[in-house]
Formats: sequence, structure tokens, C-alpha cells
Amino acid sequence: MGDLPPYPERPAQQPPGRKTSQASQRRHSRDQAQALGADPEERQQIPPDAQRNAPGWSQRGSLSQQENLLMPQVFQAEEARLGGMEYPSVNTGFPSEFQPQPYSDESRMQVAELTTSLMLQRLQQGQSSLFQQLDPTFQEPPVNPLGQFNLYQTDQFSEGAQHGPYLRDDPALQFLPSELGFPHYSAQVPEPEPLELAVQNAKAYLLHTSINCDLSLYEHLVNLLTKILNQRPEDPLSVLESLNRTTQWEWFHPKLDTLRDDPEMQPTYKMAEKQKALFIRSGGGTEGEQEMEEEVGETPVPNIMETAFYFEQAGVGLSSDESFRIFLAMKQLVEQQPIHTCRFWGKILGIKRSYLVAEVEFREGEEEAEEEEVEEMTEGGEVMEAHGEEEGEEDEEKAVDIVPKPVWRPPPVIPKEESRSGANKYLYFVCNEPGLPWTRLPHVTPAQIVNARKIKKFFTGYLDTPVVSYPPFPGNEANYLRAQIARISAATQVSPLGFYQFNEEEGDEEEEGGAGRDSYEENPDFEGIPVLELVDSMANWVHHTQHILPQGRCTWVNPLQKTEEEEDLEEEEEKADEGPEEVEQEVGPPLLTPLSEDAEIMHLAPWTTRLSCSLCPQYSVAVVRSNLWPGAYAYASGKKFENIYIGWGHKYSPESFNPALPAPIQQEYPSGPEIVEMSDPTVEEEQALKAAQEQALGATEEEEEGEEEEEGEETDD
Amino acid sequence: MDADSLLLSLELASGSGQGLSPDRRASLLTSLMLVKRDYRYDRVLFWGRILGLVADYYIAQGLSEDQLAPRKTLYRGAPLLSPQVQIKEETRLVSVIEQIDKAVAIIPRGALFKTPFGPTHVNRTFEGLSLSEAKKLSSYFHFREPVELKNKTLLEKADLDPSLDFMDSLEHDIPKGSWSIQMERGNALVVLRSLLWPGLTFYHAPHTKNYGYIYVGTGEKNMDLPFML
Repeated sequence: MGDLPPYPERPAQQPPGRKTSQASQRRHSRDQAQALGADPEERQQIPPDAQRNAPGWSQRGSLSQQENLLMPQVFQAEEARLGGMEYPSVNTGFPSEFQPQPYSDESRMQVAELTTSLMLQRLQQGQSSLFQQLDPTFQEPPVNPLGQFNLYQTDQFSEGAQHGPYLRDDPALQFLPSELGFPHYSAQVPEPEPLELAVQNAKAYLLHTSINCDLSLYEHLVNLLTKILNQRPEDPLSVLESLNRTTQWEWFHPKLDTLRDDPEMQPTYKMAEKQKALFIRSGGGTEGEQEMEEEVGETPVPNIMETAFYFEQAGVGLSSDESFRIFLAMKQLVEQQPIHTCRFWGKILGIKRSYLVAEVEFREGEEEAEEEEVEEMTEGGEVMEAHGEEEGEEDEEKAVDIVPKPVWRPPPVIPKEESRSGANKYLYFVCNEPGLPWTRLPHVTPAQIVNARKIKKFFTGYLDTPVVSYPPFPGNEANYLRAQIARISAATQVSPLGFYQFNEEEGDEEEEGGAGRDSYEENPDFEGIPVLELVDSMANWVHHTQHILPQGRCTWVNPLQKTEEEEDLEEEEEKADEGPEEVEQEVGPPLLTPLSEDAEIMHLAPWTTRLSCSLCPQYSVAVVRSNLWPGAYAYASGKKFENIYIGWGHKYSPESFNPALPAPIQQEYPSGPEIVEMSDPTVEEEQALKAAQEQALGATEEEEEGEEEEEGEETDD
Repeated sequence: MDADSLLLSLELASGSGQGLSPDRRASLLTSLMLVKRDYRYDRVLFWGRILGLVADYYIAQGLSEDQLAPRKTLYRGAPLLSPQVQIKEETRLVSVIEQIDKAVAIIPRGALFKTPFGPTHVNRTFEGLSLSEAKKLSSYFHFREPVELKNKTLLEKADLDPSLDFMDSLEHDIPKGSWSIQMERGNALVVLRSLLWPGLTFYHAPHTKNYGYIYVGTGEKNMDLPFML
């Protein structure tokens, strides 16, 4: 009993235990009694719905008559049997009284009948030591018989102590819980003997329904015993508590309702429906053959299963059925959108949901229609702003007092890269789970990338969540996600050396600002690098995506190059306030740089290579893992290679994240000799001024009278 | 995750992207069996994999009959003595594992029960959490000796069942929101991921007995968590 202290000691600790032993006693002896009562068929179980409604009470009243009739016979037999026991009569009260009531479960009865005889034999072999006397001190009204019952059960069984003579059967004690039943009872039965009364009291007490639910202890015990007898567990004593709990649970979750759907399982079924749609092939039966031919041809959908297999060798990736579902979802995407090539980019984990990302390239010309719509909206906004500025300036010039123009000018917005180039080379679609619709992510702007580098936030899984951060991120989660995808792609998309090569046509390098070539093509003569060499040296792997410059773009743009519109505006404004604005051109490593050139992260190698299986190197696959972006993997084997990212979407940094400090407090406008801040006039001064002005008006009416007075009053300011 | 159901567990925990290659799986199954025999453990858990620069460590834990007794941890991997740090890598490994265990090893409510004599046992009649329970943080407990249990108010304690609720639940973990609960496979699997120790994945299939956790990661705490939420 030592481990019960943390919980408040219940005053009823002892009695419930006693109650259970009493119950068990009754169980055992009831069975005994039944065998003795020479009518095994009379042994019936109380159907659970016996006591559910008020009418049940009256039934009980009438049946107790039968009880009384049966009792005397059984009573004597009991006494002979359980010699030392003080309370035999109690035990015999129950059997067979509810004869006329139908059962809910016929089979139970039959099984029970067969088994009772076995049980009886066992009991008769002297297990009476298990029986315990009932506690003389028991006076507690049943607060929660079911709850307390199982907690302390084991104590009782382990103790085996004998208790003194029991006075429990005082009808007065029994009266408390079962007042409901008594009026009927006493009306029909004229004068029961005290023992019978006690039995009935006990029974009525047991049948009393618990406060929390409709279940009475009696019914519960019946269910429990039936369950035990049906299942025949190996060591029923040790699993008694669990069985009790299960029985309780089952009572409240009957599996009989076939008409109504289980509300809990609804989302699961819905999801299953959606995924089922994935598996259905579009088109009817007769067209099946034609479809087969079409599908065998080239599809942009990649062979995800093959990729998944190779990654599995490396110990990375999702399970195979998940991969298959992703494959089907991508197939669906390809059918819905005009896609030229597509690839499974990876999975980004979020707090509430995760994202599956597909990298696609649209067919020529398809994409521009959508892009134009978006651009028109933004351009319309810009035109409006330009107009606003011009009008503002005109107004200013008309004013008498020219407000000093602020020196500060917002930094020029760096234009985003064109579609199909640089960071926007590919389009990305995301979905949360295979079967759900794919959403297209917008193109990324350099400002977003620059800001994404400064913050570190988890993704929630919902694309329209705002990203609350400092510095404020220009966009919502969809933009942040796109920016992270761009960064990860630029940093971790690698391929074996020689797989890609530069195009044969070389443009003049100077035209592109010295940034290097930005296009490549597959090398048809690529022969594959042996796996061991791939693992040994990082020089055998190259980046095939462009590095993103600090500016946020892959190709550098001088923010000071003004367009014609801006130059016109500038002629009107003063040019003196520009200040030092020389910007250096940013240069990054050119395309197809080997990984050996990657910068280290504080003595940590940026990449780790592994053979997938050290026991059989001839068949294994070379795996490269990024330490800078945990979750980015690439494999290569023979002529095949692939990249994947599965992770949270954040860069690894050995130092803790230091958020950007807020901007310094802005300086106030400097006071100088020409501009002095005046203190506001007090109320008295204002009133004096007002009075003076009135007087001045009055004085001008009088014309030349009191000039001296006016002058004197005006100097009161 | 239990060594007995290793393959199924790995399938279910694969949503985080890290798993084991087939050859590793095969070798683990065998070696876990041998560990169980040699050390006479009641249950052997595959704890996870700690990624290292050169090689990875594979960690297993053995449990005796009493589930909450201190566990023995075994590792396999190439110890690398890093030149800068004075501490032996092994010590560091052990301390990392212990930290992770204390912080984020979890178990669903009802999977273990406590007998009045003291030891805790596996609950053989644990049928799994229901769907609504599975989505709540309060249905999961830390798999360690309780720390906060005594601080609960009497009112809260009155609702507890001492045979089942004898460990700290995840509800009061600091910082709040350091656990991510998700349903995967269309609601057939609930996955909890720790954001404080990224790489710890706990999975459970509701209404079944399958549950387990695995850690695959570099063994570093995510100190930036408050900024990231």
C-alpha cells in the first residue's frame, strides 16, 4: 500500500476493498449455490438493460417475491456448505430470480452453465481462504463504486486477512442508496425475514446505478464475469484490473450501431476516399486499351519508385507505399497542368502539416499567360504610385512654405528574376498529403530571399499563415516556403562531375556581367563515375544550380541603374542628396563548381559521403549528405543520380540564432540657427494674443487713435 | 521502438525521412536478438541513430522487467576522437542520449501501468489510443520518473488514475509548442515530432498497439526554438 500516498487518501479506502471482496464472495458462492439449487437452468444472468429505466424498478419489486420463495431452500444448503462464514444468506439472494426477463445474450448463458460446474468443483476444494469477511466498519454510501473498485482490488487479495464478525446487514445501513426501490418493495412483500431483507438490501444496493452513468455495479460485475468466462485468460487475477477497465469502456462504446457512422473516423474515411481517387485511372473500360498505349509513351512523371529504392539503400526517404502515393499524386498533377518536366523535390516538415514539394517546368509558352496576369496587377499599382508622387510634388510647389524634403530615400527595390532563370528557373507545387490538390507557389523575389536569410521560423503547414518576425518578412508562409526552397536548391542540388556540361554556344562573358554561364545541358557521353571514387573525393560532384548572391538573385543587377521613368523624375528633384551609392558587383561561384570548393562550416566539412552498404561495395550506391542543410541527400550510381530534401527547411548553424537587432532610434531633426523649435504657447499667452488681436481690430477702426497703446500691447507676446 | 516489431516500426516512423537501409535493418535485427540474449533483457529497444561526420552510431537500449528502471544503453559505431575536444566521444555520446531520453522519450497513456508493489509493467491490454485522444498532448507521457507530478493541485490529482497516470504528461512541457502532432497516412497514424530535439519521431497507430519512438539526428538541441515558433 506504500505507493498510494501521492494521491489523497480516500476515507473509503478500506470499505471499497471490502466491497469488492464481498462482491467476489458473492460471485463464488452464488455459483455454488446455484449448483446446489437443483435447477441449473434457473441460473440466469441479469440482462444489462434490466435496470435502465424507471419501470425496471417495479419489475424488481415483483420478482423479489420469487427470491423469497427460493431463498429458504438455498439458504440451508448454503449454511451447511460454508460453515465458517457468517453471511451465507447474502450470497444466495441473486440467482435465478429474474427468470421471466429475456436475455440479451443467449450464448452467454449456455457457456456459463457449462462452466459453473467446473468452477464449483474448484471452489469446493477449499479455496475458502480467499473469501474474506466483510468489514464491520463499512458504513460508507457508495460514492463511486466503479472507480474505487479497481484501484484497491489487488491490495485486498494480497492481504488475506481475516476480519471480525460483520454487522453489515443492518437494514438501516442498506437503506441509503436504495430508497427508490423500497416503496414498491415494501408494498408487495408483507414481512420479509431479516436475512432476506438484508439480501434484498444488498442486492438493491448493488443494482443502484452509479452517479456518473447508467451502469450499476451489478450489471458491471455480470459483464465482467461473463467476459472472463468467455475469454478464459491465463491468469485472470493479474489481468483483472485491465479487464475491468475494458469492460467499463465497452459499456460506453457499444459496437452495435451499424446505421450511424463513427464520428471519430470521419476524417480518416474522407482521406481514404481522396486517395482512392488517385488510384482510379481516368477513362472508362472500353478506352482502356488505348490508354495503355498512350501511357507507355513518354510521360513527364519521373520514376519515383526507382528513386525511392535507391534512397532507401542509403537509409533516407519515405516508406514505399508513401512513395507510391506521391507518384500517383504527381501523375495527377501532370494531368492537370501543362508540364514539361517534373521531379519530386522533397518533403518539408511543418508543425501541423507537412509539405510535399514538386519541382516542375512548364511547357513553352504555357506559363506566361498566368504570369502576365500577376504582373499586370503589380504594375497597375506602381503606375498609381507614380501618379501620386507627381501630384504631391505639384502641391508642394504651390504651397508658400516649402516643407524640407526628407533626406532618406527607400532603398531601390531589386527586381525579381524572370521566370525560367536564376532562382525562378523552376516552378514549385506543394500539397500536404497525396490526394489533396496541388497549390502553386509564387515566384521568389530577391527581397524575400534576403529576409529569409535573417529569420528562422518553423513552417506550420498552412500556406496563408503570416510570418511574424523581425525583420518583417515580406510575404506569408507561401513566400517563405518558396524562398527556403530556392535557397536549399541553390545550395544542395548536386550531380556527378560530367553529367552536365555547358552548352556549346558560348555567349560573350562580359555581357552577362561576368556572372558566368547559366545554362547547361546533359552530357550524352557521360559514362558514370565509379562509386568508390564518388565517395572518396568531393571534387567528383558539382553543383548544377546557380548560387544565390547576397543580393538575393543569381545574376547581379545594379540597383542604381535607373530606368527611364526614374531619370525623368530625378531631373525635377534635387540630386544633391544621393550620397555615396557606389555598389560593388557581387560575384558568386560559377555554375558546375565542384563541392570541394564549398566553404567549411567552422571546421566542419560541408558534405559527408557514404557508401550505402559497406558489406558489398560493388553493388552499393554513393550517398552524399549535406551538413549545412540537414536533410539534403543525393545519391549516384552508374549513370543515375538524384537529389532529395526531407527535413524542416532550415540551415544548420553551429552558433545560436541571433535575431536582427531593431534599427537604431532615429535622430530628431537637428536644430540649427535657421530652424529653431519653438515651445508651444501656454494658455495665458494665447489668450493674451487673442485679446491683443481684438484690440488691434478695434484700434484700426478708430484709425489713428491709440497707436501707442497698440504697440504696447503687441509686444506682450 | 521495440526490437520485435522493428520492421513495422521503421515503416511507420519513416515520415520524417530518416530510416535504415535494408542491410542495416537486417544486421540490426540479428544483433538486437543477440543483445537480448546476452544481457538478458526483457525488452530491447532500438533507440535510434546518431549521425556523425565519418560514421554513425546505432544505439539500442535494454529494459528489464520494471519499465522505469534505468536503462542500459548500447552503441555500435566507430568512435571518432575529435582532436579539439578533450572529452571522450563515448562520454559525450552517453550524455547526449541521456539528455534526449530525459527530455523527449515518450509513451502513450495506458501503455504501462504501475502495480501497487512498485514496478511498472507493460500493459498487455493496451488497445491503443482513440483518435480524439491521440491528437491531444495530454495522452502522452514522458518515459521517465515523474518530475512534475507532485506539483499538481489536488483538484488535478483527483482525476488521475494512479495506476496509469504516474508519469509527466507532455502538456506542460516548456517551451509550449515544442511538440508537433500530425496525422499521417490519412489519419491512420499519429506522429509526434520534437522541435526541441529535431530528429526525434514518435509514432502511434490509433486503436492498435503499435507505438514507438526513434531518434535520428546529430544529437544537438535546437536552442533557437523560441525564435522559431
